[in-house]
Amino acid sequence: MDEIKDRLLKPSKATHEDQRGKFISYLSIGLIAVLVISILVFITIHGLAMFTQNGMKISDFLFKTDWNPGKKLIGALPMIVTSFGVTLLSALIATPFAIAVALFMTEFAPKRGAKFLQVIIELLVGIPSVIYGLIGLAIVVPAVRTIYGGTGFGILAGAIVLFVMVLPTITSLTVDSLKAVPRHYRQASLALGATRWQTIYKVILRAATPGILTAVVFGMARAFGEALAVQMVIGNAAMLPQNLTSPSATLTSQLTMGIGNTIMGTLPNNALWSLALLLLIMSLVFNLVVKLIARKGRIK
Amino acid sequence: MQPIITTKNVKLSYGSFEALHDINLDFEKNKITALIGPSGCGKSTYLRCLNRMNDLIDGVTITGSFKLNDLDMYDEKTDVVELRRKVGMVFQQPIPFPLSIRENVAYGLKLNGHVAKEFIDQRVEESLRQAALWDEVKDRLNDSALSLSGGQQQRISIARVLAVRPEVILMDEPTSALDPISSAQIEDTLLALKKDYTIIIVTHNMQQATRLSDKTAFFNLGNLIEFDTTEKLFMNPSKKETDDYVNGKFG
Ligand SMILES: Nc1ncnc2c1ncn2[C@@H]1O[C@H](COP(=O)(O)OP(=O)(O)OP(=O)(O)O)[C@@H](O)[C@H]1O
Ligand SMILES: [Mg+2]
Repeated sequence: MDEIKDRLLKPSKATHEDQRGKFISYLSIGLIAVLVISILVFITIHGLAMFTQNGMKISDFLFKTDWNPGKKLIGALPMIVTSFGVTLLSALIATPFAIAVALFMTEFAPKRGAKFLQVIIELLVGIPSVIYGLIGLAIVVPAVRTIYGGTGFGILAGAIVLFVMVLPTITSLTVDSLKAVPRHYRQASLALGATRWQTIYKVILRAATPGILTAVVFGMARAFGEALAVQMVIGNAAMLPQNLTSPSATLTSQLTMGIGNTIMGTLPNNALWSLALLLLIMSLVFNLVVKLIARKGRIK
Repeated sequence: MQPIITTKNVKLSYGSFEALHDINLDFEKNKITALIGPSGCGKSTYLRCLNRMNDLIDGVTITGSFKLNDLDMYDEKTDVVELRRKVGMVFQQPIPFPLSIRENVAYGLKLNGHVAKEFIDQRVEESLRQAALWDEVKDRLNDSALSLSGGQQQRISIARVLAVRPEVILMDEPTSALDPISSAQIEDTLLALKKDYTIIIVTHNMQQATRLSDKTAFFNLGNLIEFDTTEKLFMNPSKKETDDYVNGKFG
């Protein structure tokens, strides 16, 4: 009897394993949390240095259009406008394509077509961004130049390159949300005398809308944050874009171009950190939007 | 009187598996016919033939003749979409679309190209009344149909079918996912609908079949065993198999 009681009171081997597993996973979570927080704090401190130490005004940073930190001109509006320009334009072009491809994969050719396209999408995701940039430089920029004149560098070229880069993201997330639409909806709609097309646009797309919006926002987040490929086709002139084909610069391209040429702690360097902070804030905003859409979609 | 639906020598195979063997069955207008039988005997399969929902399943072969009045349902020239408007279907699970109550009921009408608001409003009200749901939802027609209870959702599904004014309504165990009170309400609804519609209902509930139906067809293992008035089939069946089944000895 006592032996059994003893055994029951002592933690078993399984309990030990359980505790060890818990310890390890909490440790990992803790480490990641510390990492994320330090990144946030680090960038925030450096990003604010220009305003706290160099005495620049936040309003100048956000609304002025002259960017030359070496001469104390820190207007980041050109980069802000260009970043949003390429992001919105690429999402605008990519979304209809993504929805069409996703519908094809889920509704029209779910067997063979879907497998084939899945491979293509994975391929597109796997291509390094420098390759997209090169192709953009070799093909898109000259094409834009021939068709619209000018140098060919600018928002349009950037948006076209980004369109190809965000297409797989938006498509595969849209496919997921279409697949999540209950099969019943299709049956019930067809049984009411709807054609397949009516079923798709009246019920399936409607039901998948929150998911598709999420997909688009994810695509926009990716476009907003992309640096290398954009840098190669945007023209890299920190000027307010005059039109879609005038050379300009995005937040990211300005950052990658400039960061090697400045000295830590100086105003030009701090100014770039402020751009980085702005990028970080935007990516948090994109995340927040995704969360909001998800919540709204659930309540319905 | 000429039956509204006539089916002859119906055979159906899923791939190489024959699920229906030579079924002959007719349905009279403005009557409720119940299809009963043990699980897997082919009731749903047969029912789905009547509005060609089996067309959606890969590898199905159907032979035999299906007539809706004089229309050959499986004729090449028959418009499936049109057929499904004439022969509506209510499923086992309530399936409200993620739209408002009004939009749900108006769904089929809008497909038909009806857009006049007064017409749609009037049809929506009429259909909801017929489905015995109007009083419960009249103040919240713009709310999402997903916010309704299961029983209300099923009556939305019925109202949605009624709104397109089909001639026949197919129902596959429409109350099996519902509580007894909601089921009773739906049964009342169906009895009231009988004067305007022909109803064919699959049910596992013997009492429901006796309460609702004028005629009953008993299926087993893909065969139609017996088809008669409900009273005769339950009180005085001519086949022993039927007798055993309705008295709960198998199935
Ligand atoms: N899509 C399908 N593919 C292959 N076989 C199927 C399919 N649907 C049904 N079957 C088979 O056909 C037979 C009849 O099925 P059916 O669903 O019509 O039965 P049922 O009488 O409606 O049963 P229950 O009362 O359980 O709903 C069963 O053996 C079933 O396994
Ligand atoms: Mg069934």
